[in-house]
Amino acid sequence: MSEEQLARLREILAAHEGKRGSLIPILQDVQSALGYLPEAAMPHIARHTGVSAGQVYGVAGFFAQFHLKPRGRKVVSVCKGTACHVQGATRVMERLEEHLGIKEGETTPDGEYTLESVACVGCCALAPCVVVNNDDVHGRLDPHAAVAVLAKDK
Amino acid sequence: MTTRRFLISRGTCCVSAGADRVADALETELRKVGLGGIQVKRVGCPGFSQLDPVVIVEPEGLLYAEVRPEDAPELAKSLTPGGQPVERLFYRRNGEAVPRFADIPYYRRQDRVLMKNCGTVNPESVEDYVEVGGYAALRKVLTGLTQVEVVEEVKRSGLRGLGGAGFATGRKWESCLRAKGEHKFVICNGDEGDPGAFVDRSLLEGDPHSVLEGMAIAGYAVGASTGYIYVRAEYPLAVRRLRMAIEQARDFGFLGENILGTGFTFNLQIFQGAGAFVCGESTALTQSIEGYRGMPRPLPRPRTTEAGLNASPTVLNNVKTFAAIRWIINEGAAWFAARGTARSKGTALFSLTGKVANCGLIEVPMGATLREVVCEIGGGVPGGKPIKAIQTGGPSGGCLPANLLDTPVDFDSLAAVGSMMGSGGMVVMDEETCMVDIARYFMDFCKKESCGQCPLCRLGTVQMLSTLTAITEGRGKAGDIDLLLELSEAVARGSICGLGQSAPNPVLSTIRHFRDEYEAHINERACPARVCKALISYYISPERCVGCGLCSKECPVDAIRGERRQIHVIDQDRCTRCGLCVNACPERFAAVERQPGQVPANA
Ligand SMILES: Cc1cc2nc3c(=O)[nH]c(=O)nc-3n(C[C@H](O)[C@H](O)[C@H](O)COP(=O)(O)O)c2cc1C
Ligand code: FES
Repeated sequence: MSEEQLARLREILAAHEGKRGSLIPILQDVQSALGYLPEAAMPHIARHTGVSAGQVYGVAGFFAQFHLKPRGRKVVSVCKGTACHVQGATRVMERLEEHLGIKEGETTPDGEYTLESVACVGCCALAPCVVVNNDDVHGRLDPHAAVAVLAKDK
Repeated sequence: MTTRRFLISRGTCCVSAGADRVADALETELRKVGLGGIQVKRVGCPGFSQLDPVVIVEPEGLLYAEVRPEDAPELAKSLTPGGQPVERLFYRRNGEAVPRFADIPYYRRQDRVLMKNCGTVNPESVEDYVEVGGYAALRKVLTGLTQVEVVEEVKRSGLRGLGGAGFATGRKWESCLRAKGEHKFVICNGDEGDPGAFVDRSLLEGDPHSVLEGMAIAGYAVGASTGYIYVRAEYPLAVRRLRMAIEQARDFGFLGENILGTGFTFNLQIFQGAGAFVCGESTALTQSIEGYRGMPRPLPRPRTTEAGLNASPTVLNNVKTFAAIRWIINEGAAWFAARGTARSKGTALFSLTGKVANCGLIEVPMGATLREVVCEIGGGVPGGKPIKAIQTGGPSGGCLPANLLDTPVDFDSLAAVGSMMGSGGMVVMDEETCMVDIARYFMDFCKKESCGQCPLCRLGTVQMLSTLTAITEGRGKAGDIDLLLELSEAVARGSICGLGQSAPNPVLSTIRHFRDEYEAHINERACPARVCKALISYYISPERCVGCGLCSKECPVDAIRGERRQIHVIDQDRCTRCGLCVNACPERFAAVERQPGQVPANA
């Protein structure tokens, strides 16, 4: 971890009570500040909350929201909710995998894109949808238009 | 109300459709024409997602659909002296304009109780909520009713939990009230794990105070002074609105210490989920608030009402259940119970999606039929195509065929035909939806979300998924259907929580109602819905192909042959069935066809 990351981590820890119940909120804050949960952060978090590092890993590994590796600068999430599935999300995902040369869950070697899936982003009327970096929703896509979304985003 | 103003909705769906940009543009344009005094009021989502973003003009109640920032000048001008309504932005039904919000059949046929404020009240303003009677129920309870009286009123209303299982809310509260404990808790379940539902999200985004009010009333009734709202990780806007609402309610004395001067204390905290479906289950949810992995407690486990969060008595209810409370207190149990059926009272809320003309949020009295919801309000499948199935209850529910469209939507009727009420997802499917693929989709979901504690759930879902995958990939064997039925029983019986117990439901209901489709996959190696890649083929109709060459340009694997202006042919051995050629072929030719099974060799 860089000095800067360590400083952010200390700030986050200071803002949370040192108890087991703070574990998940701390992991959430660290991830949103650093983009992922660096291995080196775990012992600090463990000490602060009074649980073993193994248990911190256990919790971090259990929840889909937590990432133990850095992700791409652009996180492209294909909605795989039921409405999007019914409207052809699988083909959108396949096309994006092919276009980016990676599989779902992977990051491009240049660290630019991470391709993920997400369940229902609440815009089913626009199905199928793709979300870029958590808040930029693109809807009514076909495989072709999905690739165009990435091009526009460059 | 006679004030002239614009209402513009700001739910997640509306914002992604561009509502914020429209609101800004409207304000600018109003100033330009000297009408800067007219308010552009931001409200919650009125729920007809198909039309987003929607602008409503008060007091006339005109509704403009799919408004874009470029439309703002015209809309502003329509309010100047002599200005005319902008007819081209009216909602059209079968080609005919329906100018007024209240006349749109989608709304007219609903019975909006819990969603009444969604689309008219600014969710970011407690004053707005109070103006329409907000927190009157809390005041009534704190100043005039005993704890037992509140519980009795809720019991009399017949309200059953709207999180899916339909447990009687009054009885739950009574059990928590009776339980002994120094501390008690109230928890709102906003995990909304069904991957096709967004009802709870819309309520939290559109009318957060109604949920807070219900929780505070529950706190008083059972004797709890602390509450948690557990919100799904993917709902950032709902979290922002809740934060704001809690802060404002505290400033106004509706939450915190000594509420409304009565000495009652109730503090609320938000807990954000971290992305695990199983955490919607009560005991897994409380475990994760305590900082553990979100796994359901092993059996036998004490009742949450007796030993829930931190082993203290806890009332845990769904978002919608809490939102119903203020109506029961304000209008009376009898008023609430006047809606619905003998055993399911009040209203049912659904997010209607999939192959349906009018996507969006819908609230109807319990006991309305699927037909009323899907056909009359939802407008059926676009283009008048036939309905094949309706899915409710998400990964725990089932698919019902079109001949069951007259089934009433209530807890018991849906369960009787192999589906369930669920927490609000209702997905319409047409002839192009493959039922085996849907069963596989939900099994994949359950397999990924299984917490892994129960071997039968952990391994059984893997085995069921691989059997379903084999069938969809053309490797199905005789006996697979029986194997699935057998595994279903084992998984359901051998799991300690609802995830495993109900994971087989989508498989069971599709086998029960669409067995022929499984058989076509296994015996004929064909996917009748033309979805499963291995069991379909693409074919260019020689009658319709004009040889424009667009498809062959698009084909990523060079499987399409043909000279310009000559009929094109697909090389079936090379074709990967990606389907891009279908999109590439201009609609006026529509020469590329997707067919079930293999194309005859010499086609
Ligand atoms: C795997 C699983 C997931 C669940 N997910 C949810 C959910 O997302 N939201 C919800 O309110 N209830 C969910 N439940 C039901 C809850 O356990 C609980 O019954 C409900 O929140 C109680 O509230 P109610 O009585 O108001 O319906 C789930 C149950 C199981 C077994
Ligand atoms: S299923 Fe994709 S937005 Fe709802």
